Amino acid sequence: MKILIVDDFSTMRRIIKNLLRDLGFTNTTEADDGQTALPVLKSGSFDFLITDWNMPGMTGIELLKAVREDPGLNSLPVLMVTAEAKKDQIIEAAQAGVNGYVVKPFTATVLKEKIEKIFERIEGS
Amino acid sequence: MSDNLNSTPDPIDPAGTRAEIIAHAKSMVEKLENGDSLEAFKVLEELNRAKDVTLFEELGRLTRSLHNAITDFHIDIGLAQEDQKEISRISDASDRLGYVISLTEDAANKTMDMVEEAIPTAKKIQMTAADLKPEWDKVLKGEIDPAQFRALHTKMGVFLDGTITASEELSQSLSNILLAQDYQDLTGQVIKRVIQLVQELESSLVDIVKTAGTVEELAGIETSALTDDAKPATEAEGPIINKEKRSDVVSGQDDVDDLLSSLGF
Repeated sequence: MKILIVDDFSTMRRIIKNLLRDLGFTNTTEADDGQTALPVLKSGSFDFLITDWNMPGMTGIELLKAVREDPGLNSLPVLMVTAEAKKDQIIEAAQAGVNGYVVKPFTATVLKEKIEKIFERIEGS
Repeated sequence: MSDNLNSTPDPIDPAGTRAEIIAHAKSMVEKLENGDSLEAFKVLEELNRAKDVTLFEELGRLTRSLHNAITDFHIDIGLAQEDQKEISRISDASDRLGYVISLTEDAANKTMDMVEEAIPTAKKIQMTAADLKPEWDKVLKGEIDPAQFRALHTKMGVFLDGTITASEELSQSLSNILLAQDYQDLTGQVIKRVIQLVQELESSLVDIVKTAGTVEELAGIETSALTDDAKPATEAEGPIINKEKRSDVVSGQDDVDDLLSSLGF
C-alpha cells in the first residue's frame, strides 16, 4: 500500500505519517502542495492519496479535480484531511469525487475509521 | 495617530477654499443676471478648478495621514518591544507571526521526536513482559523445573534492569515533551502584541475612512456598499474560529459524516 500525503505543514504530514504507521501503512511519500503532488502521483503507482485543502500553489480541491480528470489516476482513492469546514466545500469535494472527508482537528480513531471505510467500499465494489 | 486628522479645523474645507467658492458662485449669478453668459461660464470653470484643488489637497492630506499611520505602525512595533535584540530580529507584525509559526513548528517537531523515541521503548517493555508472562505463570502454578527456573531467574534480572533503564528514558522523554510546551507562553505574548497593533492600526484606518467619506461627499462620488458576492463560496478559509455563530459550516466530524451520507456517501 503506497500512500501520498499532501499538506503544506510538515508537522501535519508527520502526524498523519505516524498515525498511518500505527495502522500498519509504512510506505508513505510526502508532498507540500498539489503542484508537487501531481507529478509524483503520475510517476509512481500510488494506491491512496491523503490531501489537505488549503495549500499555496495548487489547492487540495484542484488536485482532486486534476486526479479525477487524469485517465491514469481517476480511480485513485482520495481522502481529504482539512480544516476547511464549510458545507459548500464538503459538497464541492463530494461532487468532485472525494472518497472521504476528515475535518481538522481529528483523532487517530476518526482517521482510521475513514481509511478503513474507503478500503471496505473499494473491496466491496 | 488620530491627532493628525482631528487637528484639522474643517475636514471639508481644509485649505480655506470655501470662501473662494462662495465668491465665485456669487459672481457667476451676478454675471448670468446681467446676461453675460460667456463670463459666467468662465467663472464656472474657476469653480471647477477650485473644487479640483480642494479635492487634490484633501487627497494629499489623506495620503500623508495614511503614510503617517503606516510609519506609526512600524514605530509602535519597535518601541513596544522591550528586548532590543528582538527589535532587529522581528521588526514587523508579519515577522512576529512568522516567529510564531517557527516556534510552534519547532515545538511540534520536538514533541514528535520525543514521542517517536518513547513509543519503541514502551513497546519493548511490553513485548519482553509479554514474553516472560507464560513462564512466570508456570512458576505460580508450580509447573517449572529447576533448570527452567534458573533460566527464568536470569531473564527476569535482565528484564528488570532493562525496565529501569527504559522507564528512565520514558520519564526523560515525557519531561522533554512538557518543556516543549513553553512555546504557548512565548507565542501567546507575541500574538497579544500583534493583536494590539492590529487594533491600533484599525483605529487609524477608521479615522482615514471617515476622512475619505467626507472627501467623497465633497467630490460627489457615490460608492456602492461592499458585498461578499464576489467571493466564491468554496474558497479556502482555514480553521473556522466561530463555528457556533455560523450556519454555513459543520461543527465537527459527525456533521461532515451526516452531510456526506445525505449526499449518498
